[in-house]
Amino acid sequence: MSDFTTIGFNERKVDGDSLVTGKPVFAGDLDLDHVLHLALLASPHAHAKIVSIDTSRAEALEGVELVLDHRNTPPTRYTTAGQGYPEPSPYDARMFDTTVRFVGDRVAVVAADTLEIAREACGLIDVEWELLPPVLSIDDSIAEGATIVHPEEDASGIFDAARNIAGAVEAVVGNVEAGFADSDIVVETTCETQYAQHVPLEPHIAQSWMDEHGRLVIYTSTQVPFHARRIVSRVLDIPVHRVRVIKPRLGGGFGVKQEILQEDVLGLVTLRTGRPARWEYSRKEEFVSSRTRHPMRVRVKVGATSDGMITALEMDAISNSGGYGTHGLTVLSNAGSKTLPMYNKAEHIKFSGKAVYTTMPVGGAYRGYGATQGCFPLETAIDEVAVRLGVDPLELRRRNHIRTGETSPLFEELGEGRKGVEMTISSCELGKCLDSGAELFGWEAKRSRPKDEGRVRRGIGLSIHMQGSGIPEVDMGAASIKMNDDGSINLHVGATDLGTGSDTILAQMAAEVLGLPLGKVIVLSSDTDLTPFDVGAYASSTTYVSGTAVVRAATDVKQQVLEVAAAMLGSPADGLMLGDERVTSPDGQSVTLAEINLRSLYGADQKQIAATASFVPSESPPPFMASFVEVEVDIVTGKVTLLDYVAAVDCGQAINPAMAEGQVEGALANGIGYALMEEMVFDGSGRVRNADMARYKLPGTLDLAPIKVILVESHDPTGPMGAKSVGEIGINGPIPSIANAIYDAIGIRLTETPFSPEKVWRAMRDAGIE
Amino acid sequence: MNLSLTVNGAAVTVEADGADTLLMVLRDRLRLTGTKEGCTEGECGACTVLVDGVPVDSCILAAHSAAGSEVQTVEGLADRGGALSPIQQAFIDNFSVQCGFCTPGFLMTLTALIAEDPTPEEEWVKAAVSGNLCRCTGYTTIVDAVMAATGQEVAR
Repeated sequence: MSDFTTIGFNERKVDGDSLVTGKPVFAGDLDLDHVLHLALLASPHAHAKIVSIDTSRAEALEGVELVLDHRNTPPTRYTTAGQGYPEPSPYDARMFDTTVRFVGDRVAVVAADTLEIAREACGLIDVEWELLPPVLSIDDSIAEGATIVHPEEDASGIFDAARNIAGAVEAVVGNVEAGFADSDIVVETTCETQYAQHVPLEPHIAQSWMDEHGRLVIYTSTQVPFHARRIVSRVLDIPVHRVRVIKPRLGGGFGVKQEILQEDVLGLVTLRTGRPARWEYSRKEEFVSSRTRHPMRVRVKVGATSDGMITALEMDAISNSGGYGTHGLTVLSNAGSKTLPMYNKAEHIKFSGKAVYTTMPVGGAYRGYGATQGCFPLETAIDEVAVRLGVDPLELRRRNHIRTGETSPLFEELGEGRKGVEMTISSCELGKCLDSGAELFGWEAKRSRPKDEGRVRRGIGLSIHMQGSGIPEVDMGAASIKMNDDGSINLHVGATDLGTGSDTILAQMAAEVLGLPLGKVIVLSSDTDLTPFDVGAYASSTTYVSGTAVVRAATDVKQQVLEVAAAMLGSPADGLMLGDERVTSPDGQSVTLAEINLRSLYGADQKQIAATASFVPSESPPPFMASFVEVEVDIVTGKVTLLDYVAAVDCGQAINPAMAEGQVEGALANGIGYALMEEMVFDGSGRVRNADMARYKLPGTLDLAPIKVILVESHDPTGPMGAKSVGEIGINGPIPSIANAIYDAIGIRLTETPFSPEKVWRAMRDAGIE
Repeated sequence: MNLSLTVNGAAVTVEADGADTLLMVLRDRLRLTGTKEGCTEGECGACTVLVDGVPVDSCILAAHSAAGSEVQTVEGLADRGGALSPIQQAFIDNFSVQCGFCTPGFLMTLTALIAEDPTPEEEWVKAAVSGNLCRCTGYTTIVDAVMAATGQEVAR
């Protein structure tokens, strides 16, 4: 591996200069003439039917161009989930429906000359409502005789609408009942996670216009440009070839921009009026009208032998999908499929779950995608097994974790909302993660010190994690490369860099194969007219899936380069070496890439050196992580303070180590926020009470512990240059690690996030600690 | 109503009404879109600019209150030849930029900090940017960048 010239080096971000100088690279920075501004009239009710809607006063307002509601928009049922086709999410939404299913749901959109006019006009729309009983919790939803959230007959793909079940899944290996009966010890716990929002610093923003050929162009901050094109085409009933979706820079996404929330309406406004249009969510709208993390209630039961081997695992999850089922089934599935296979010594495994409708904000894709919710009870229960057996929780995990060359029957039994694929782990350095993480953290020393007994009590906790690298046999990424007369290349990818740095690492892969400095790689991502297809940035797919496509395209281009060089040098192609922007023959003669391309473009046997390649993975090698945290708990106030955080990660070969570490650090910070602070709070009618950044607190510089990330040496033979993906895994660590550390500090197992001072204080008071 | 101020060294006069914020003037009138709007309530810091050298949340500052002031935005950090300022370069070199949306605000707050204290301690750096939120990085690399830009030892 040491002979890489670019891979494994901390190359600077290809877009760093434009970002630190404030160049107009984001969707909202584009200034269109005569643009219409869109404003949303959102539902004030959690569940209600529109009896009548009168937009005449709004339409009469000077400057209003168009008002859209359910009467003048297509009634097609679809899902807003930007997933592959056919989507594993039910078609239960309309652009504008006659029923609203959460506070914040779309009622109408006004397009006007200014945003002020558009907003004023929203206030002039008169709606007569028939209030329906709200369904405000999982318990409301599954209760006998519960109000049905989706009774409409034209919806499709709902698992059991009469019982409010958007999606359900079950996977069984062996016989868990027998497994528990044979176990020496059985531990069971149920944990609940809360509503939270992604809070990208850039809220949803998109713009649209008709180009000079009468085609609809949508310029949008999306993680899924090709899915956006397909869904807009379907909902608006216009051919795909009449739509172009351009993705500029994204100001963060974290999953929430894997959702088609604005593009359909913008497209319709521009098609109807012929005018450019702009729709930018306010921060409040980002909180209440976009998407959230699915709150879940997950029960886990673990059976183990007295010598600390896990023998049986059962997980039962109920997910609150909110008013629509977008990502409901797949997030639910990953609560099990991205956690349970870690303990592959268990012969008996059962996972079952359902995603239920409520009339609450809608769950969507959120970094971690169910694994975050599932690992909380699992890693809590594993920790408890260790405590009861008197085994170091580190040692218990060492004995039981999956290893290279091993498999889990669950890989085949449980995929994303369907069967998975059989997979043998091609790389797992969890052992190294545990060892190096424990060493840097000082696990042994911290574990052996006497317990604190004063007001402030320290505790340590750990947890182990896995994710995936794309969705096997579903995700597809493609890349095109063409070479120019100075030996530079254009790298066109459908993959979407949402801040992750994928433009840079994909460029590094192409540069490595072609012997180029990074500065000679011109990256374009993504534009449905110009770049090849890619499912987009989600499911930790980009490095592994899109990256392999890039390596394949570059390898093809390399072969073409060698063939031209062979003719120029009079030496067979298979003996030539490519490196340092030149091709060298065994006898020491060489030609530069510029000379090769000059000849290819203008000289003999003229042709464009170029290639396009695709990749669909047949497996999804998981990255792994060991997560260690030290906390202190103030037993008077209940405040949990982080003292130290260490995460050791196996992501295969890190293409750009600094950027891979950055992915983990950022995910950890986001996870720490979810573990300790972040929670959407609701009033009794389903309205979000803290839909702003003053009351919904993100971690700032003063809220985080020192975070140390170790990338352990690893190489996945199936990955591009040995790489696996790394974007999501970090976010899963904080909740279980912190929960286990709190237990170590005060002897209480918290089962509900976030671990706010109030919750901790109440739990201590209930336990008699003061 | 006319509003006269200096932006990145150039005197400008724009039309602005009483309800307009400095952010609106910068982004919509002057087309200086480097400054970002993240929350419109002074909580996230993405809109931070310097007014007479002091970092302010331009999304909640009445534009007319900046009349006659020197306003500096991210577009004014590099020199006329395009050479990046030390903190801009340090953000690139220390991977302090991921999505880049919060970056202009951080750069402005830190530019003011470094002008006031050429070798700030780490805790002071964290306090100085505690009003700037970043969802991507976890802040470690941002603190690293300040240390590097001010010639101090980077912790990692």
